[in-house]
Amino acid sequence: MSSLLRLALASAWNRRGTLGLVLASIALSTALLWTLEGMRRDLRSSFSQAVSGTDLVIGARGGSVQLMLYAVFRVGGATNGISMDSVRAVSGHRAVAWTVPIALGDSYRGFPVLGTTTGYFQHFAYGDRQALAVASGRVFSGQLDGLYETVLGAEVARQLGHRLGDRITLTHGMGPTPGLEHADKAFTVTGILQPTGTPVDRTVHVSLQALQAIHLDWVGGAPMPGLRISAEDARKFDLEPRQVTAALVGLKSRAAVFMVQRYVSEYREEPLMAVLPGVALDELWQALGLGERALQLVCALVALVSLAGLVATVLAGLNERRRELAVLRAMGAGPRDVMGLLVLEGAVVTSAGVVVGVLAALGAQALAGPLLQAHFGIQLQWDTPAATQWGMMAGVLAAGMLASLLPAWRAYRLSLADGLSPRL
Amino acid sequence: MPETSDLLQIQELRFAWPGTRDDVLRLPRLHLQAGRSYFLHGPSGCGKSTLLGLMAGVLLPRQGRVVLQGQDWASLPAGRRDRRRADLVGVIFQQFNLLPYLSCLDNVLLPCRLSPARTKRCNAPVIDEARRLLQTMDLPAELWSRRAYALSIGQQQRVAAARALMGRPPLVIADEPTSALDEPLRDAFMALLMAECRQGGSTLVFVSHDPRLAEHFDERLSLRDLQASQEGQVSKESQTLAAEKGPAA
Repeated sequence: MSSLLRLALASAWNRRGTLGLVLASIALSTALLWTLEGMRRDLRSSFSQAVSGTDLVIGARGGSVQLMLYAVFRVGGATNGISMDSVRAVSGHRAVAWTVPIALGDSYRGFPVLGTTTGYFQHFAYGDRQALAVASGRVFSGQLDGLYETVLGAEVARQLGHRLGDRITLTHGMGPTPGLEHADKAFTVTGILQPTGTPVDRTVHVSLQALQAIHLDWVGGAPMPGLRISAEDARKFDLEPRQVTAALVGLKSRAAVFMVQRYVSEYREEPLMAVLPGVALDELWQALGLGERALQLVCALVALVSLAGLVATVLAGLNERRRELAVLRAMGAGPRDVMGLLVLEGAVVTSAGVVVGVLAALGAQALAGPLLQAHFGIQLQWDTPAATQWGMMAGVLAAGMLASLLPAWRAYRLSLADGLSPRL
Repeated sequence: MPETSDLLQIQELRFAWPGTRDDVLRLPRLHLQAGRSYFLHGPSGCGKSTLLGLMAGVLLPRQGRVVLQGQDWASLPAGRRDRRRADLVGVIFQQFNLLPYLSCLDNVLLPCRLSPARTKRCNAPVIDEARRLLQTMDLPAELWSRRAYALSIGQQQRVAAARALMGRPPLVIADEPTSALDEPLRDAFMALLMAECRQGGSTLVFVSHDPRLAEHFDERLSLRDLQASQEGQVSKESQTLAAEKGPAA
């Protein structure tokens, strides 16, 4: 059989032009399948890694998925704010261990600005309950002296080349069309966080009071005409925020989560809701599930078309190979060997296509990984493929071999009928 | 009872293609002796190539026996039949009978790669034997490593002959191997083929439409006559030629 294997390889190499095209199409479909599955997994993993240790996210009543996406992942449309009084009321609940209010809305060169308290750096955790760590410098003080201090996420500092002591100016609003700058109140970088592989890396952190300060002389998204409050003068105002976007809540015991959730939803002063991050993510995956399945189906169809191409190419070439098969028969190859040869050829082409496809997908992911990380904070784990990805590749291989049975069966019948004299 | 020097015996053979009812070949009796050369001729479509397929054990008769070296092809399971063919039979086709993606040398070595018995029968290391055969077939050494498709038709036929003779198979079957060659090439090819078969002790069954080639052979077999003859009889033409030429050298 090893001689026949060598012959199969030599024969396939002889037709490398056409088989190469088939191989390329299998590689392409494999790469699509591999990338889609990998991205799906990494997206889920990235989202579920982005927040841990936070039992509830509190925000204005509305869509729980929208609140999660905006408050935690900084994507999607802004939600209504909630009053700080409500946050304080929740903080006072006996089952609540801590609350961290967060305010979003401004940006810095495309990166979202998050106003929060120093408690954020103590309580917010990601991945497997890992706390945020400062790579250099320190977190903002939260005092009036350090009002205009900012802490940059790792990706912000890396991309924009910022170091400690750099001064930055925030932009009003978020989104593709930048608004006016808060040019009169520049911030000093006092800390840079270690990379987390979460949206934190792409976030500029300032204190809630600082956000209040830069908006003192603004109204309706624009500076108030004729009013200028300098950075120094702003310190003299009451900078306690009245509204925030949401609040992250940690409980003393997970068992109390539904009790606190009910407390929040029944809160009379303001329509609030409390979202369990895991449940909201499940809702998100359910919503995305249909699209995911449609994409998977399209990729599977692409793979199917590639394999049909393999069958068509081998079948089309079979007639001109009948003399080759007759020579092999004369040399002692049986009809089953001829059949095996064709299956082997299909297996070799499919395997090579799968290998090339996986390598191409890995290469593309390695190249696109930093872009995804930079723009969406999604970390691709291209070096640790999931079992489902290997399963899909095994499926493509098996389908390739099964598909090869068709031309192989035809070759078997032909070599039985032709004997030593192909009737062409 | 078969004669001891018989290499191949055919008895009461009837062959029909699968799915058809009519026999395309009926052959009451044919005995081929070891070491002799046979010129098989007949009109187109009379079943010459089919007979070669039956002799090589690629096709099996509907009825009757085809016995090579004492073993009926039909009595063997498919796998053993294929291995036995690799060991005992060399085939030269009409044309395009080399694997185009192998070099000349690799084409010649192919039978030994698939049959340890043929490797064993080589007097020298297989590579030396392949080179000797190519040299004997008058193929310049600079062509040996070239791909088969790069050769002329005449050169391809000589490589094909060398391949069929590799490992001294007891039976060499040639199906119109000279039809694409001009006269000088054809004569040179025939001389080389006959000499090498004689030296290797191989029985040669040669199919051709060209009656001028018959003079090279020990016996001339008309398939039409063979089919018409009664058991135990050989056509007058075959008898005459055999009597004129005597036993093979």
